[in-house]
Amino acid sequence: MSTATSLLVQGYEVVIGFETHTQLTTQSKLFSRASTSFGAEPNTHASAVDFALPGALPVMNKGAVQRAIEFGLAVNGHIAESSVFARKNYFYPDLPKGYQISQYEIPVVQGGVVEFFLEGEKKTVRLVRAHLEEDAGKSLHEDFVGMSGIDLNRAGTPLLEIVTEPDMRSSAEAVAYARELHKIVTWIGICDGNMQEGSFRCDANVSVRKPGAALGTRREIKNLNSFKFMQQAMDYEIRWQIEQLEDGHAIQQATVLFDPDTGETRSMRTKEDAADYRYFPDPDLPPLVIGRDWVEKTRSEMAELPRAMAVRFVNDYCLSEADGNLLTTEKHTAEFFDAAMREVLNEEGSTGVRHAQGVANWLNGDIAARMKKSGISDIRKIPLTAWHVVTLVRRIADGTISGKIAKDKVIPAIWDGRLTSALAVDDVIKRERLKQMSDSGELEKIIDYVLAANAKNVEEIKAGNSKAMNALVGQAMKATQGKANPAQVNALLKQKIG
Amino acid sequence: MSANFDLHDLSVFDLAARLAGGQVSSVEVTQHFLKRVKNEQLGAFLAVDADVSLAQAKAADVRLAAGERTPLLGVPLAHKDVFVTRDFPTTAGSKMLENYRSPFDATVVNKLGIGPGGAGMVTLGKLNCDEFAMGSGNENSAYLPAKNPWDLSRIPGGSSGGSAAAVAARLIPAATGTDTGGSIRQPASLTGITGIKPTYGRCSRYGMVAFASSLDQAGPMARSALDCALLLSAMAGPDLDRDSTSLDLPVIDYATDLIAAYARNQGAAAPKYPLKGLKIGLPRQFFGAGCAADVLQAVRAALAEYEKLGATLVDVDLPLTELSIPVYYVIAPAEASSNLSRFDGVRYGHRAANYTDLNDMYKKSRSEGFGDEATRRIMIGTYVLSHGYYDAYYLKAQKIRRLIAQDFQKAFTQCDIIAGPVSPTVAWKIGENKADPVANYLADIYTLSSSLAGLPGMSVPAGFATSPAGGGMPVGLQLIGNYFKEAQLLGAAHDFQMATDWHMRQPGGSV
Repeated sequence: MSTATSLLVQGYEVVIGFETHTQLTTQSKLFSRASTSFGAEPNTHASAVDFALPGALPVMNKGAVQRAIEFGLAVNGHIAESSVFARKNYFYPDLPKGYQISQYEIPVVQGGVVEFFLEGEKKTVRLVRAHLEEDAGKSLHEDFVGMSGIDLNRAGTPLLEIVTEPDMRSSAEAVAYARELHKIVTWIGICDGNMQEGSFRCDANVSVRKPGAALGTRREIKNLNSFKFMQQAMDYEIRWQIEQLEDGHAIQQATVLFDPDTGETRSMRTKEDAADYRYFPDPDLPPLVIGRDWVEKTRSEMAELPRAMAVRFVNDYCLSEADGNLLTTEKHTAEFFDAAMREVLNEEGSTGVRHAQGVANWLNGDIAARMKKSGISDIRKIPLTAWHVVTLVRRIADGTISGKIAKDKVIPAIWDGRLTSALAVDDVIKRERLKQMSDSGELEKIIDYVLAANAKNVEEIKAGNSKAMNALVGQAMKATQGKANPAQVNALLKQKIG
Repeated sequence: MSANFDLHDLSVFDLAARLAGGQVSSVEVTQHFLKRVKNEQLGAFLAVDADVSLAQAKAADVRLAAGERTPLLGVPLAHKDVFVTRDFPTTAGSKMLENYRSPFDATVVNKLGIGPGGAGMVTLGKLNCDEFAMGSGNENSAYLPAKNPWDLSRIPGGSSGGSAAAVAARLIPAATGTDTGGSIRQPASLTGITGIKPTYGRCSRYGMVAFASSLDQAGPMARSALDCALLLSAMAGPDLDRDSTSLDLPVIDYATDLIAAYARNQGAAAPKYPLKGLKIGLPRQFFGAGCAADVLQAVRAALAEYEKLGATLVDVDLPLTELSIPVYYVIAPAEASSNLSRFDGVRYGHRAANYTDLNDMYKKSRSEGFGDEATRRIMIGTYVLSHGYYDAYYLKAQKIRRLIAQDFQKAFTQCDIIAGPVSPTVAWKIGENKADPVANYLADIYTLSSSLAGLPGMSVPAGFATSPAGGGMPVGLQLIGNYFKEAQLLGAAHDFQMATDWHMRQPGGSV
């Protein structure tokens, strides 16, 4: 797609396609009623179906289908009216039935696109498909001497495997795609996005070619579960492939693993050992039929997507594209901002739009920093409400407090728990006596005192050292405990020094 | 009640009436049958547990004493060993599952049983069958070779051979069976009892050890159509929370109309032609040279009886009948090869004693655990699903399967029921076909096509084969109905059984 903007590496064009396994947020498994929650004692979250006991049969979890539909709509894909579950047959101890139920020839979501910005340039990655499948269990090799343990808690957990066209032309673009996809699936709530727990696992198909040549032979890097490793793994793989080709070696199609300790990829298996999975439609499951009404009902109930929300913020609240994108990086932050703006517009009507930039700055700046410092990842858990932020911005705008007072006094009073977050910002200002000095008579007295106490500085200013002025402003602000309006202080000082 | 009274000669219907009337208790009935089972020489039972059965009988008696009057309360039965049960081991006739005990009951077992919501029948044990229901002679059981009570040197049919032998020998009044390509109908035919395979999906497959998922179907085996109707009414019904292929159709009472027909047949007002208007289609492919003459003779005589009852016979065409054998023996093994993958020695079932690594453990456990026929079908199935062969075998077989189903629909525009023999021969001698699996496969010719189409079919005792080769063995008439028409089949069989006594005949001195 974006070949026009291809970045060549040592004269080679990089071609990357992604397969991402997203674990869906259903309470129970794809074909059984056992719980999907993470971290339980081995084999306690598995039913007769998950243990593949004789006579047990799979029954589709509609919640997983619902989430697949939501994803399909979010990426503008086609929701198949009828899709088919197939069996992928192979033997492994953590695969209790001896086959994995997946979708093969006819997936539930067909096509679709993921769009995002990379260094200000819009990128579009086409999706081939997204299909439902069940996860396998886990083999535990550590705790058993000479034996392996099998934990089937994860067996049967619903996954949506999302497959792209080989549309990405750099590791940076691929990571940006993965971040955007992560944003979409967590935004619409079909995946918790927890990469450490394996809820979002990426496989990168990487190949290189001379510009204009046919696609090179690809190697698939499996199970990339952090954005950092993703980039490292692809960069290593790209360099390795180019070296091989430059040395005159052909690339063998292979599946490789990335070792974060060495920063290298190593081959797990080549195409020659590829198993014959003997796919065939699972006769225990009728075709998955999704009526148009189900799709339309889902569409009508879906939350606004990040791209649409960013565009709305730009258009309705006069934000920059960059701020719009930044605010919609995470759903709850975007909703917090949106709620704040609705409050302002409710109160002030359209003139309230003037506060948008202020609210955005606080959210993207001080509040984001505080969240990071406090280890809060969900904005819904901070002690401030949208109304607090809105009032803060308005009080700064109307001169009641300075930005510095807001940052150093008002927010900490609530954030650190000294005052209850049930208090309105105005009450905090009142209780803490944070209102800016508007009485110029009182301020003049303080200025006179500061001038008297800093005669040396005054001399320096008169001699033309403007830096000394800053020191005087600082002294005056300190004397007023920050409650003076700095501009007013500046003006008075200038006037008095003459 | 006289101790000499032959409780085992009573039908399910009559036993239930006596239990309901208080003439006999479920414990007495159960003890009577347990005694017969204990002494059986047919190899019909794989598991018996008198304590379990008597405890169930006591529970039934409590319910009877409390005034409950449901059609099967307190009547004993036994289950084919492919239905998983908590109270008895479940082997599916395989060494692979020797001593396997399921933590849950099959839906059919629950529906018939004494537990909450069940029909209140008492389970006498588990019945022999071909390993994983693969076979037509019960010779593929890893345990005993079950015998035909009409001639102990002959097979009882399969795969539900233990069920058929036990019912025919009156060890039990009724049994469950499963039918994938004829496994209820053929043994019923070969032992002179009545059995019905309902429409695919009518009974839940949950808890049936899977052979071929798209074909497997549970059904009752008993002496009469009425008894089958009583059991099927309890077994059938949707089970959508556990089996996605079960039909979402209401439970039907198949027995009431048949009981009413008894009354209707009494006295002067009895209809002379109770089956007037019924059109029976005879596929010419079912009456060809492949069928033994004495089998055909018995079948034709039974059809003549149907004409006497008012039915009309019409010729129909099922041109793809012969292809049903290769189609079935591609699709069923394909599904089986995958269904049997779970028997890997990892979590339950047979595991080899010594092995060097994971692959060695798989190979040895599976080679030791599976018998020849299961191994053969796993290999065939694996082959036809393999890359490069899938289109030529599996996909083509599925296409022909659809055409076979279409042919039936064409035929059903000309008739209500299709009839013919169940099996081209009577029960063969034990060991006779063992070396020749294909000969066994060919014996399924008349039952496979309706299985592939998912249609209901039944076997009704129709007489005996009188030639020296036939040896006086029972012959069954097959009736095939359109989808969901079990009631029509049972009604047609019931009218026939009110006019004939083939189903009342019993093997002598075999137990």
